Amino acid sequence: MIKYTIKRFCLMLFTLFSIMTICFVLIKSLPLVVDVGLGKDAEFLEGIIEARGYRKPVMEQYVTYLGRIFQGDFGVGINMEKGTYVLDNFLQRLPATMIINIYAMLISVPVGLGLGIFAALKKNKWQDQVISTGVMIFISVPSYVYAFLVQYLLCFKGGLPLQMKNGTDWLSWDMFVSVLAPVLSLSFGTIAGFARYTRAELTEVLTSDFMLLARTKGLTRGQATIRHALRNAMVPIFPMIIGEFVGIIGGSLIIEQIFGVPGVGRLYLNSITTLDYDYFMFLSMFYTAIGLAAGILVDLSYGFIDPRIRMGAK
Amino acid sequence: MERTEYVINKSSFEFVNLDSNIHDNKLDTKPVGYLRDALRRFAKNKGSVVAAGIILILVLFAIIAPMASDYTVSFRDPYFRTTLPICTAAKNNPNMDFWDGCSEVELAQTTFELYYGINVESGQEAVKRGEYTVRQVTRELKNNKTRVDNLYTFRLNSYYKVGAYYKNLTLEEYRSIQEYQDRTGKQVLYPVVAKKERVTALLDQLDPSTASSKTYINDDGNFWYKVKISSKAPYTPTAVFDENGNYINNYAVDPTSDKDLYTSKMLVEGDTKQYLYGIKNQNGFEVRINYYEYFCYVHYMAGDGIESPHFIFGTNGDGQDIFTCLAAGARFSFLLAILVSIINLTLGAIYGAIEGYYGGLADICMERISDILGAIPMMIVLTLVRLQLSNKTDIPSQDIALVSMIISFLATGWIGMASSVRMQFYRFKNQEYVLAARTLGARDRRIILKHILPNSLGTLITGSVLVIPGVMFSESSLAYLGILDLSTSTSTSIGVLLANGQPYLTTYPHVILFPALFISLLMLSFNLFGNGLRDAFNPQLRGSEG
Repeated sequence: MIKYTIKRFCLMLFTLFSIMTICFVLIKSLPLVVDVGLGKDAEFLEGIIEARGYRKPVMEQYVTYLGRIFQGDFGVGINMEKGTYVLDNFLQRLPATMIINIYAMLISVPVGLGLGIFAALKKNKWQDQVISTGVMIFISVPSYVYAFLVQYLLCFKGGLPLQMKNGTDWLSWDMFVSVLAPVLSLSFGTIAGFARYTRAELTEVLTSDFMLLARTKGLTRGQATIRHALRNAMVPIFPMIIGEFVGIIGGSLIIEQIFGVPGVGRLYLNSITTLDYDYFMFLSMFYTAIGLAAGILVDLSYGFIDPRIRMGAK
Repeated sequence: MERTEYVINKSSFEFVNLDSNIHDNKLDTKPVGYLRDALRRFAKNKGSVVAAGIILILVLFAIIAPMASDYTVSFRDPYFRTTLPICTAAKNNPNMDFWDGCSEVELAQTTFELYYGINVESGQEAVKRGEYTVRQVTRELKNNKTRVDNLYTFRLNSYYKVGAYYKNLTLEEYRSIQEYQDRTGKQVLYPVVAKKERVTALLDQLDPSTASSKTYINDDGNFWYKVKISSKAPYTPTAVFDENGNYINNYAVDPTSDKDLYTSKMLVEGDTKQYLYGIKNQNGFEVRINYYEYFCYVHYMAGDGIESPHFIFGTNGDGQDIFTCLAAGARFSFLLAILVSIINLTLGAIYGAIEGYYGGLADICMERISDILGAIPMMIVLTLVRLQLSNKTDIPSQDIALVSMIISFLATGWIGMASSVRMQFYRFKNQEYVLAARTLGARDRRIILKHILPNSLGTLITGSVLVIPGVMFSESSLAYLGILDLSTSTSTSIGVLLANGQPYLTTYPHVILFPALFISLLMLSFNLFGNGLRDAFNPQLRGSEG
């Protein structure tokens, strides 16, 4: 298992490094755009560019860039948030994104699993049909469409704040109310995903032979379901939760934009519109790494559970 | 237990087929091929069949609607912005209030009088059927006084509410409109109000400091009646009524009565040729036109088939017809998606086939490449491609968005397809029948194309169908985020429509409703359809419930 983990991790690092190289070369081969508008200190910016060697050949810059990364220096803003360190700014914005995703997870996991279990127990009855139809709808409809609905019905008609409030009181009640709308918009799809997956896993387990054995031993249906079926069904569901949690951070960009969340998503979009290469570079790597990490986490936990995958069987 | 013996008479026995040989009979049923079987099982899945029907309808809508519609994507009307959906059948049907182009509003007296004035002057029911209810609200003022405001609730017609406005015309245009009036009996020109008696002029007199920043300035043309303006801020102009409670018109009376101007026989009610319909200026005439009728006139003269403003899904913030834009955008998105799907299918199948068939080092290298490409989020690829393209000057700037979109889909889109084809090759390449084919001297190309690739036919078809909603979803998300703008003056896309609708979400939700509904329906039916296809092409599910 350790060998497999190391192998996967090395492969991930290799992939990440390749992508970083490609991105760096592509982005730095573009002409450096410096946005010196009214009241913006041109000399100051020019000083930064000179000091950091942003006009040198691309490969030379890349070597310096790699060296700086190991010192935790991911560059500074030129066009956006002028002169600020990318990493500092990023860490400042991260909590807003995280809080939304954590709340979304806290809602989605119990509701999604609950619906899935309920549907599996009532398989092919009307309750299951209703849940399955709902799941199909919620999986298919794009998340921004719920966001519009939530924004119109709950925020505009229902009185929830339209935009997320600023501030750093992440755990206060006010903050909770103001993030409720984006959290709900994010949750629908995740709930549906969990419910579908749980239902599929649990129905499979419920029809297996050991469940029959458990019943013949004299366990009631409830006992058998909780002690035997659920435990076994959770084995593949758990890694999915981890993967989904990591994946949702990367996927919440559009929701962040709609609800004006002062998080990483806005930073990223700003870096694209203002052509700030250092920010763009770092955040691109962030989103790429998130995607890779989600994949590797899921694979690893599968490998942990299922020895056949660990052995690298095709 | 007692055993009973059954005795059967010998005569009860009879030989079967004593005089005929038993041969192998040919099967009465026809053999069922893979595709036919898939089709049969697909047809059993009701949900997928319905979904396929919906997709067909949406595709037909995308093809037919832009041709059937009188409007085009480049049609933009500056006055009919965010007008509400209207359907002819709903106009006079009280049960279809949601589709009559009106919205329920509650407005203060000044604005209500303004809209009611349109009803009175032109007979265009800005206030639907002239029906309204009044509610009195007591407001507390600063110095412990209270003020009673009347609030009017009525259904405001978003087409008629534009009313009239002042416009400069040349003499030819002026004459042409008059001719049109005489021919059709529709009143476009209404008498003007003398310049110094217009509401904006009156307001400027009262408080020159806030001149031209008045909210009524756009509606200047609709104050055709006598008003009195309160002397204190906020200077609300309220209508003056005669003893019967009717508006008193404030039309300029033309003392010189330049008969040149009155070639039209169309006059407002009560006019005995004393009112002024156009004020001469250096370029021609300043006239007060009713925009609804003027719109009809302009399109009548242009001969483009538009008889009157009539937007079945309403218009968006740019004054474009949502129905036409939606269909044109859908058509564009479908074409783009199908193009991407075909190229992905080809690339993915070839790449996956080579990877899977040859295996070994080639597989490892190619797998690393697709791993790397597959790990880059679509958004990053797109941004990089777009920036690189806009750095090159030989591509026209309006094509950059489209070209970069296609390139970035081609760069990463085929990976899923390739990996599923590769899986299929791994499964089948070591089977006996492949060995048999090789022993008989089949070349690699024949084995790949004839013997193994058909096994992944189901995967390929399902995959390439599911690429279509994927492309449309990515396009709409990216357009919504503002990273990609595929709209030009003559084309648009679903994502652009959604992004344009966002600012009007709370005020005019219909702008975003139709594109959102369309894409939701499309995603849902493609998912159902894809699931059905996947199950139908999976022979292992034959006989089970799927």
